[in-house]
Amino acid sequence: MSADGLPWGFAYLDEGTKRMIRRALLKALAVPGLQVPFASREMPMPYGWGTGGVQVTASVLTPDDVLKVIDQGADDTTNAVSIRRFFARTAGVATTTRTAEATVIQTRHRIPETPLREGQILVFQVPIPEPLRFLEPRETETRRMHALAEYGLMHVKLYEDIARHGHIATTYAYPVLVEGRYVMDPSPIPKFDNPKLCSEAILLFGAGREARIHALPPHTRVESLAFEDHPFEPARAAGICALCGAADSYLDEVLTDDRGGRIFVCSDTDFCETRRAGGAS
Amino acid sequence: MSAALSGGFADPAIEGAHAFRAALEAMARPGTIRRVAGAAPPAPLSPAAGVLLLVLCDGTTPLHLAGAWDDGAVRDWVRFHTGAPPAPAGEAAFALGDWPSLLPLERFRAGTAEYPDRSATLIVEMGRLAPEGARLTGPGIREAAHLSLPEPLGPLRENAARYPLGVDLFLTCGAHLAALPRSTRIG
Repeated sequence: MSADGLPWGFAYLDEGTKRMIRRALLKALAVPGLQVPFASREMPMPYGWGTGGVQVTASVLTPDDVLKVIDQGADDTTNAVSIRRFFARTAGVATTTRTAEATVIQTRHRIPETPLREGQILVFQVPIPEPLRFLEPRETETRRMHALAEYGLMHVKLYEDIARHGHIATTYAYPVLVEGRYVMDPSPIPKFDNPKLCSEAILLFGAGREARIHALPPHTRVESLAFEDHPFEPARAAGICALCGAADSYLDEVLTDDRGGRIFVCSDTDFCETRRAGGAS
Repeated sequence: MSAALSGGFADPAIEGAHAFRAALEAMARPGTIRRVAGAAPPAPLSPAAGVLLLVLCDGTTPLHLAGAWDDGAVRDWVRFHTGAPPAPAGEAAFALGDWPSLLPLERFRAGTAEYPDRSATLIVEMGRLAPEGARLTGPGIREAAHLSLPEPLGPLRENAARYPLGVDLFLTCGAHLAALPRSTRIG
């Protein structure tokens, strides 16, 4: 039993595991966009529920942190609530739903609308960290492709999008080139969020099942892959939020009845609630 | 020997968490200087270097002690508090010493083309550490930062030129630390 009376160590993981993850995090920051292997642990939740993100969060948390957890932008989904409660219980940290008040934010598939600042850490839950995996299934081959910076296959994939659809049809997990060296999968965030990958905050990515960590330090040069005649465009639904009236946020489409009625609402619940509390509508 | 048993973290999980956060911020923002606390290692090991060893080293990380840091009291303290096995430069995950004793950097693991992360991290003990001197640019830096880097700078520029291979540095002085990842370009 630890000194604070909890039947587990601070933030659940044992110190040896944290040291191993912390060493991987430092190497990931030193080589932005590189997938660093780590000895991913079994966590008390299934793979696919953010075990990679949880292990990264557990390794960076201090008792002074204020933790926010979002799933597709929302603080109130099962996944977000479970992880928030997990750390409130195992680390005793304060929690919040306010982006501006949080010091550590764990996220599944979104970057908050509210600009992040120095002193904040954004931890992404990552299903498949390898951007080339669906083009080349062999890890030995994709490792070599990264070693040689051989990314022709990815450009062919984007070109085939254009040939087939007239535009690049990839809308989420849109690949980026980091510091002109590594092609990286930013996790399944909408490509609307790609410009926010160049941030004031530290961005850490944890893939539990695939046992990989990658990272983006603040102000890292992150370019979404594109062509000169088909430049990158961060897309969003053409609409405004039915709740707060935002015309610049990322929107979810919600069915309202069984006769085809539908509305758009902000995917970022804190952004939407803050706007409504401020009187915007 | 009793000196070797003292000077570690009183509360490893909590002090380690705070110290790692400082190291993480330092590595993510090259050129910034952070203060850490919790270790009181024997001289010539600085408190900041001692904290880094406590946070990052264990039985799985071969450690190379260089120059005056390859000393009986330091070895005993490191062995008791971390269990890191002593190692020659070419096999070390971490190396500790002042700049002259660590050179040349080619001795250390710089990673492989497939796994650039399999490289050494050097903890360089400094006489002073100040946000002035060499101009730094690259990831983690908005426009440019300045840091009193160890002289000569030549080996550091060569290390940066090997990117994505290379070693990563922590610079320590008293209770303060800064970091210089291989991604940082030195003007």
